[in-house]
Amino acid sequence: MTASLVLQVAIGGLLMGLVYALVAAGLSLIFGLMDVVNFAHGQLLMLAMYAVFEFHTLLGLDPLVQLPLVAALLFVLGVAIYRGLIARALAVRFNTGMVQIFVTFGLSIFLVGFAQLVFGTDFRSVNSGLLFGRTVAIGQIVLPLPQIAAGLVCLLAFAALMLIARTEFGRALEATREDRDAVALIGIDRNRIFSLGWGIGAATVGIAGVMLASFYYISPTVGDSFALIAYVTVALGGFGSLIGALIAGLLIGLTEAMTALVIDPSLKQIGVFMIYVLVLMVRPRGLFGRL
Amino acid sequence: MPAPILHVRGLTAAYRGLRALHGIDLDVGEGEVVAVVGANGAGKSTLLRAIAGQMSIGGSVQFAGKSLARVPAHQINRLGIGLVPEGRRLFPRLSVEDNLRLGAYARRGPDRFKPLDFVFTLFPRLQERLSQRAETLSGGEQQMLAIGRALMTAPKLLMLDEPSQGIMPRLVDDILAAVRRIRDAGVTILIVEQRLAETLEIADRAYVLQTGRVVMQGSAAEIAGNAEIRRAYLGM
Repeated sequence: MTASLVLQVAIGGLLMGLVYALVAAGLSLIFGLMDVVNFAHGQLLMLAMYAVFEFHTLLGLDPLVQLPLVAALLFVLGVAIYRGLIARALAVRFNTGMVQIFVTFGLSIFLVGFAQLVFGTDFRSVNSGLLFGRTVAIGQIVLPLPQIAAGLVCLLAFAALMLIARTEFGRALEATREDRDAVALIGIDRNRIFSLGWGIGAATVGIAGVMLASFYYISPTVGDSFALIAYVTVALGGFGSLIGALIAGLLIGLTEAMTALVIDPSLKQIGVFMIYVLVLMVRPRGLFGRL
Repeated sequence: MPAPILHVRGLTAAYRGLRALHGIDLDVGEGEVVAVVGANGAGKSTLLRAIAGQMSIGGSVQFAGKSLARVPAHQINRLGIGLVPEGRRLFPRLSVEDNLRLGAYARRGPDRFKPLDFVFTLFPRLQERLSQRAETLSGGEQQMLAIGRALMTAPKLLMLDEPSQGIMPRLVDDILAAVRRIRDAGVTILIVEQRLAETLEIADRAYVLQTGRVVMQGSAAEIAGNAEIRRAYLGM
């Protein structure tokens, strides 16, 4: 095992970590805002990947060019999910917590079935495009361009999220999360804030999906493993913390890559879930959690 | 009484099926300070919450000639009704400045932060604490911030729910003096208070509530001077 191989794997892991971080950020945003865990988060990722595949196959659109389009589609989908399902679940008077879990969990099952029906169960991949098959070599370290692009775009999207948090709208989000009943006293429609929160959360996971589609296989269940990692990331980073999601995503990407290198690629997630168990035992609120 | 800006008839409201207001009739004239007094559990807070659209109601509430039936709470605020609620309900982790500025969030236009100057004139202390988190303020300062935040929504009618609750006695007079200055600036006031004497001093008229009903109304001086009312309905 040479030093350059270790470095190459580490950088690859960190790049993937940026993708994990962005997926987790969307999950964390929604949870932080309204205490709803979106169990269909991985399926949103999956839908974004299929969107890329279909637009690429049918219209010949390059995956990278599709970025704004798919992000916008996911935004609309997120708003629709909130308006159509979540808002109704929140209005339930009994067993509210359970209802919220079942609604998003049911949605995830529905979306997997929907994908199987519409897109088929075959594994797909996008095999051309601006990024496809290219590599970047720095000395002895060789990295695939799609991964580098994915890491960079996810980092940019993350920066955008942090900028949003600093705007007046970001303050309104924070206020709504602190006291969802009190915002009406200052003329803020919490349904609007919740809708936009879902839109932004879905758009971010959509961006991650677009970038993944350039180098990752696409199947109806591809979202599962990413969703699992996202839950671990959010738990490690601390529920509701953006910066926590970023650092946790990087740590998890690195851990996964190193586990694959040192133990075995097929066991790469062992390290990740060991982190999860450790977090639960040592620091249940996560690195930057408030609870 | 001047022309009523708030016109309430037969207002009913219930908590978990338990009726808390049994048909309240109440008017607030433009520019008035109207006090609602009564013992604990008389329905004073419920009355304000019902007007602000925070619970479902029966009967009619008209504000500036417009019915508030089935208008959602955030729209009621935008129509010009500000509520400083029981327990203040600030955004504890946001700074004093953010709490104030968010008061203007739902409004558009260049003038929306204009009430800030008035808030700082009323409560210079808030200006000294702009970057502090709301949760680090003392009870009195939090009350000032809650009033300031409500003023940032540029209300025509400001409703205050026991502004003296949980604050140092020394500050109670300051708060009530501020209420008077808010009225002098042209804002109509509907205030709920336990502190009878001090409140009736700044009020034009008052309503006495008992178990969800208006049992007495009149000028503040009449209510203040009537020992029987005080004993019978206010427990003092």
